[in-house]
Amino acid sequence: MSRRFTPKVVTANALAEGDVVYLTEDDRWSRHHFEAELIEDEAHADIRLLLAQSQPQTVVGAYLADARPGPRGPEPVHFREAFRTRGPSNYPHGKQETPASSSL
Amino acid sequence: MYRYTEFDDSFVRNRVAQFRKQVERRLAGALTEDEFKPLRLMNGLYLQLHAYMLRVAIPYGTLDSRKMRQLAMIAERWDKGYGHFTTRQNIQYNWPKLHDVPDMLDALADVEMHAIQTSGNTIRNVTADHFAGASADEIADPRPIAELLRQWSTDHPEFQFLPRKFKIAITGSPNDRAVTRAHDIGLRMVERGGEPGFEVVVGGGLGRTPMLGQVIRAFLPRADLLPYIEAILATYNALGRRDNKFKARIKITVHENGIDTIREMVEAEFPHRRAQFQGGDQALLREIEAAFAPPALRDAPSEAFEAARAADPVFRAWADTNLAAHRHPDHAIITISLKAHGATPGDATADQMRVMADLAERYGHDELRISHEQNVILPHVHKGDLPAVHAALREAGLATANVGLASDIIACPGMDYCALATARSIPVAQQIATRIEDLKLEHDVGPLKIKISGCINACGHHHVGHIGILGLDRAGVENYQITLGGDGTETAAIGERAGPGFAYDEIVPAVERLILAYLDQRESREESFLDAYRRLGPAPFKEALYGKEGRRHAA
Ligand code: HEM
Ligand code: SF4
Repeated sequence: MSRRFTPKVVTANALAEGDVVYLTEDDRWSRHHFEAELIEDEAHADIRLLLAQSQPQTVVGAYLADARPGPRGPEPVHFREAFRTRGPSNYPHGKQETPASSSL
Repeated sequence: MYRYTEFDDSFVRNRVAQFRKQVERRLAGALTEDEFKPLRLMNGLYLQLHAYMLRVAIPYGTLDSRKMRQLAMIAERWDKGYGHFTTRQNIQYNWPKLHDVPDMLDALADVEMHAIQTSGNTIRNVTADHFAGASADEIADPRPIAELLRQWSTDHPEFQFLPRKFKIAITGSPNDRAVTRAHDIGLRMVERGGEPGFEVVVGGGLGRTPMLGQVIRAFLPRADLLPYIEAILATYNALGRRDNKFKARIKITVHENGIDTIREMVEAEFPHRRAQFQGGDQALLREIEAAFAPPALRDAPSEAFEAARAADPVFRAWADTNLAAHRHPDHAIITISLKAHGATPGDATADQMRVMADLAERYGHDELRISHEQNVILPHVHKGDLPAVHAALREAGLATANVGLASDIIACPGMDYCALATARSIPVAQQIATRIEDLKLEHDVGPLKIKISGCINACGHHHVGHIGILGLDRAGVENYQITLGGDGTETAAIGERAGPGFAYDEIVPAVERLILAYLDQRESREESFLDAYRRLGPAPFKEALYGKEGRRHAA
């Protein structure tokens, strides 16, 4: 019996500035978690991760992170991923600072 | 202050030029991340949670105004206007862009600074007592030795690929402010029959298996230092485990083989190493020592200090907590707190850095130090100048009177920045400090060291905090474990786990209960938290944390 697959998003850091990015369904890298492709199938997840890893000139350290559907799009499950969507809690820096411009 | 030689300068410049090319090739796609990562780490560049982070070494914590101003300039030009001073006497910039980093490194080289060997399995930035060269209790200034070690270890071909990172700390004082027993090698200056030497301690470390260093040589004559350390490193290079990263530090080597075996091997290697040193190191040391000549201290009246102390309670509170005894009785060592209640421990804005640089230049013989407790030191200030310095610090938000007290918290970056973190540590520190300020009791509580790490790597030294806090991830929720009774000084001890951890919103009240329990239990004001813990053992503190009584007290 196969375990139920927890939906995933592909996330990484942008090579040039290190900012957190997410792979979208149309193969862009977005700075918004809610724009990520929510991957519901394990085999598809592997393929998407391979695609991400084949772009070392754009992103660093791609991995699959647990996610769940939300009203605006995918939402993070783990608190670490939630922090990555915002930035640090001691200053309004990172994504919470810049109304982040679209994609890479 | 030690000045770079031409050799030092061209070495650092060449390294920057190399790295500039490496960054270009990385951005152009000619280098993969796997290829690039070791290269960037060799130059102090990490990729953290939200951005890159550049870690810059501040050798033995010593800066002058020129360096401090440059750190401010770099913070403003390429970062977000602030820097984070760490327990390793480094400064970290949290927001550099990859293509700017070579320029940042060039700007550092302009003031004889760099980020080399702030990462990797090399000998890291040598740390030293932050009161070095100033303190009343010192045998000798340890920084010339630290500088000798820095020069000897930088790019040392035999020690670039150690089993794991290697940290050396040195103190010239019997009062250990450099946490020597938690380092791979700890050096403590001692004298035997008038001859200067070192007690050499090996195998200390924190991280997932905290251990205190053990004495490998009770007295090492000064001139034997480099060959002896080489013998230790050679032994470690041969025996240290490369099969398992978690067992690779020398503390495990010492633990697995026993200190006696290690000592035998080191002593057997030592004569060979000794024979290779022909005295060049000692000649170099003499040159270095000249660069650390003590400043010409001024004889001048210090009545202004006594007058301000009598007249101004704010000044008095600051003077009583933030000053330490200087070897010259008319002078004082100022610790500038980077722990304003509610602020991020160790952070300074570019403006604050410039204020500190100005004060050092004007009143402090142009010397500044970074302490492992994430504060900044003005080591040589005439007492007559203290009121003026205090007034300037106040204006810059740098006059918090809490050094050594409960809100003078060490906190690692934790999950607000660090990619390895399992929980946040900065907001916990901010909230504890804010709560303590609300209660207005830290001056009554007296010396208390709270230290927080955001994962078991223990960068926040929690094992040696009187109250240590370790942030963990328990089934997807932040959870904070408390250790009690740790001590990083000459009476070093590893803290003991108090019991089950606390949730994010429970940890601040839990710490408050510990502090109140101490106030209830202490015999007198003279008995510190740590003394009370040592006398009473953990029981009353566990009761405060977990008992019904404790929880009611908090409510
Ligand atoms: C990106 C940030 C950081 C990373 C990735 C990092 C990584 C690590 C790791 C992996 C260890 C455990 C080493 C071992 O036991 O083998 C460690 C230990 C340590 N780090 Fe960090 N660290 C970071 C930031 C810091 C900061 C900001 C400080 C100073 C505030 C610091 C100071 C230390 C200290 C004091 C230890 C424990 C002492 C020891 O046993 O070496 N680290 N760090
Ligand atoms: S203790 Fe953990 S969370 Fe804190 S800085 Fe070190 S590695 Fe990061």
